[in-house]
Amino acid sequence: MNEIIESVKNLSIGFNSQKGKQISILRNVSTNIKKGETVGIVGESGSGKSTLALAMMGYIKQGLFPLKGECLFKSKDLLKMSSRQLEKIRGRKIAMIPQNAGQALTPNLKIGYQIDEALKLHTDLNKTERDKKISELLNKVRLPSPETMAFRYPHELSGGQQQRVAVAMALAGKPDLLLLDEPTTGLDVTTQAHVLELLRFIAKDTGTSMIYVSHDLGAIAQVSDRIVVMYAGEIVLEGPARKILKEPIHPYTYGLLKSIPKLSLAGLPASMPGSQPQPGSINEGCSFYDRCNLATDNCKKNSPDLEHIKELDTNVRCFNYKELINQNNNLQTSITKKSNNSEANEVLKLKDVSISYAKQKFFDQLLNKISDQNPTVKDINIDIKKGETIALVGESGSGKSTILKSIAGLLKTKDGQIKFENDRILSSDLKMRNPNDLRAIQLIFQNPDESLNPNHTVEQILSQPLKLYFNLSGEELKKNIIDLLKKVRLGEFYMSRYPRQLSGGEKQRVAVARAFAAKPDIILCDEVTSALDVSVQAAVLNLLQQLKEDLGTTYVFVSHDLAVVRAISDRVAVLYQGRLCEIGPSQNVYKFPSHPYTEVLLGAVLEPDPDIKPKLVAEDIVEEKPPEKGCSFQGRCPRKIGDICNSEIPPWQIGENGNAIRCHINIEELASLQQ
Amino acid sequence: METNLITEDKQKNKLEKAFEILKTMASKPSGLIGLSIVLFHVVLALLSPYIAPYDYKAISPNTMLLAPSAEHWFGTDSLGRDVFTRTILGGRTALTVTFFGSLIALLWGGLLGIFCGLVGGKIDDVVMRVVDAFLSIPWILAMLLIVSLLGTSTEVLIPALGFFYGKGIVRVARAATHDVIAKDFIVSARARGHSNMSIIWNEIIPNVRDAILVEGAMRWSWMLLGFSSLSFLGFGVSPPTPDWGLMISNARGLMSFAYWSVIAPIVGLSSLIIGINLTADAFAKALGIDRSTKAPV
Repeated sequence: MNEIIESVKNLSIGFNSQKGKQISILRNVSTNIKKGETVGIVGESGSGKSTLALAMMGYIKQGLFPLKGECLFKSKDLLKMSSRQLEKIRGRKIAMIPQNAGQALTPNLKIGYQIDEALKLHTDLNKTERDKKISELLNKVRLPSPETMAFRYPHELSGGQQQRVAVAMALAGKPDLLLLDEPTTGLDVTTQAHVLELLRFIAKDTGTSMIYVSHDLGAIAQVSDRIVVMYAGEIVLEGPARKILKEPIHPYTYGLLKSIPKLSLAGLPASMPGSQPQPGSINEGCSFYDRCNLATDNCKKNSPDLEHIKELDTNVRCFNYKELINQNNNLQTSITKKSNNSEANEVLKLKDVSISYAKQKFFDQLLNKISDQNPTVKDINIDIKKGETIALVGESGSGKSTILKSIAGLLKTKDGQIKFENDRILSSDLKMRNPNDLRAIQLIFQNPDESLNPNHTVEQILSQPLKLYFNLSGEELKKNIIDLLKKVRLGEFYMSRYPRQLSGGEKQRVAVARAFAAKPDIILCDEVTSALDVSVQAAVLNLLQQLKEDLGTTYVFVSHDLAVVRAISDRVAVLYQGRLCEIGPSQNVYKFPSHPYTEVLLGAVLEPDPDIKPKLVAEDIVEEKPPEKGCSFQGRCPRKIGDICNSEIPPWQIGENGNAIRCHINIEELASLQQ
Repeated sequence: METNLITEDKQKNKLEKAFEILKTMASKPSGLIGLSIVLFHVVLALLSPYIAPYDYKAISPNTMLLAPSAEHWFGTDSLGRDVFTRTILGGRTALTVTFFGSLIALLWGGLLGIFCGLVGGKIDDVVMRVVDAFLSIPWILAMLLIVSLLGTSTEVLIPALGFFYGKGIVRVARAATHDVIAKDFIVSARARGHSNMSIIWNEIIPNVRDAILVEGAMRWSWMLLGFSSLSFLGFGVSPPTPDWGLMISNARGLMSFAYWSVIAPIVGLSSLIIGINLTADAFAKALGIDRSTKAPV
């Protein structure tokens, strides 16, 4: 079992900057992949993890080139091979599973045909043998009814099923090494758990070595035997998965693990200061020096080597790792408790809100109404108190962002009312709302790359709401901008920067500052941290919490990440297919009894702990439309009791601790079932 | 505190930025050649009245159809006028008319395209069908109609050319706007309650400007060809004003024995068009609008 399949030796990969300087993205990376082993490569964006993984299959992105070192696959250097030689290895010996299978599969070819193509290329089987092999492969990746599955088109499959097809295609050539580049990142939580479980099974079953690249320590924890932690193009920590996740002895890994919100803990995780250095900006010393709380003068001048610690079977790149060993580091503590300063009076009420994406028919257009019996979002009743953080949680397609857009006035509601302050009804048409109401409700978007105009400086970006709502100009405008930047902990010198000159976290801070510039009462946060790196996410969450405590703003927080929601919210509303399933104070929603869907979601959350395995219950089915009658979760519910679920809308039941659950099962019975 | 990590990309004011773009354009041979040709033509057009050795309208029966010599570098034409003088002066009208024509085309085409892209719906549908209808009319016929009705003065030619060459820009501007409009910063501006005008001015124009400018630069060279065609047909500038299209038209019949009088204006016209095309290409590349994207593997 200890045969080494691929070995990377002193690999450096870099590019030439515009000024002709050589800048390296990977620096002196060495690692070995053993037969049958799953290695997780983890790191934040820009750490060089994907560059390393691609180099391991002999592929280097355009513009990059190897500076030194080699990638030996079965003792042959992949980086020196011709493309002919590589063709023989790729797919047959090393296969890759891409991040987004939906885009990697050809949309107009049937699944079976696409797998057949891979088989034709990589094996010498004849037609009947190949057909047998296809259903064998589809069986292996546990797709339902493999016979008919082969005749389907990719768009007829759910995201998880598409990813399974990608796995089947990769397995077609019986590779020795499987390369997975963030294979579950685009998937819903429940689907992700299923795919990871499948991968773990395949690794055991076939003895294939795997390289699993991800930014998500939760996913890495589920599949890896060994973990490689990358930072700024270097390996900073490498060792057995359990050791790395339980007792990290590098300050970066330690900080990273601490900054991940966990289900078991309410309150905000500690954040790591700063962000990862840009390639080429480090000249001397440790690349983590700026952000490290163990740093000494020695770290500033000298860069540590990767040191092998025999008793722990771990490689670490740090001078002071012993301090972390002695510290008896407890990852569970040091979490800032947040104070709940919500007031009794309600600031926003959603009353029977329904939203439809259906196109208006000509006749309806004349009457200005929407006749859709089964709208995307239906009967949403939520009262939001002043100063509270309410989270809308659900998988993609649950309608959480749709509701947010309606509150902002960007999407017309079909029925129902949105009431703001003292029961004043807000028009569902943006143009009909008065400017003061527009000011009072501000939005922060998921991806700051898209939400900030790339051709505006930070000053221009922040001056827009100030000019629009408060008519500020000149010195006063400038003073306000500086104040805002200070509020989000950015300096005055950021004013003249363009978004492209900022890191991801800094961009999101600017977006936060722009929302607060309007002095809003309510801020709608649409997945504001999901595009950010883990260490930055914690910092942005802390900032949002701080601002809320200082200014008494109300947040409506949309997220698919239950752990993040746990960290920041006071109250949680769980949505499935545009219908509310459960709503209540967050500590109660995370406790049982809960709605079966909440139970499924909670079970699928991946914790960065190899001992906590996700519980898989609900199957992953394509549900394009909410059911016309009955419970919204009837199609996937593991606790379905019978016809009543299909025919009648379940009643609201209030649990003893104040959370409301919409289910046909009696709440006490539900509690005993979920024990 | 997050620290400043980017050192290479320093702040620049607008003038420095323009200079930077010019420098990038000139860094490739094709861009340098294009820029030099255009610059040469512009300088020549500005200086030609002062350096022209003869009067461009001086007719003389003694100097009819002379071959190139030390006195008449490019020879003389059928009326005895100096071809060199007329060639260097001939670019002036073409350059001014097409320059201002492209400007007008850019303005109306760009603004209408952005507006249609932003508002969408019925207005967009109607405007785009009208533009399509205009695109299907042979422009030269329409131009001939306009010119024969309103005369061939530059006051008529500039807006007429500007109108006909703006139609294509409408489509480009609309497409570029569609790319931008789905971005969250536009949604954000809408949710804040900015007016359409403010969104166009502040959010859209800075992001589609480059694409439209490049398109305009390409249109300029097409318009030059179109203008010369009009002159060639006798509907451009009126004689005796020197103009390349007109010169080619006049000397056409004598080509077999007095080739010089037709070669000089042809070289002038084609070199300017090539120059503008090369410059527009380099301009597009310098702005990062590269149409030749390669496959990743």
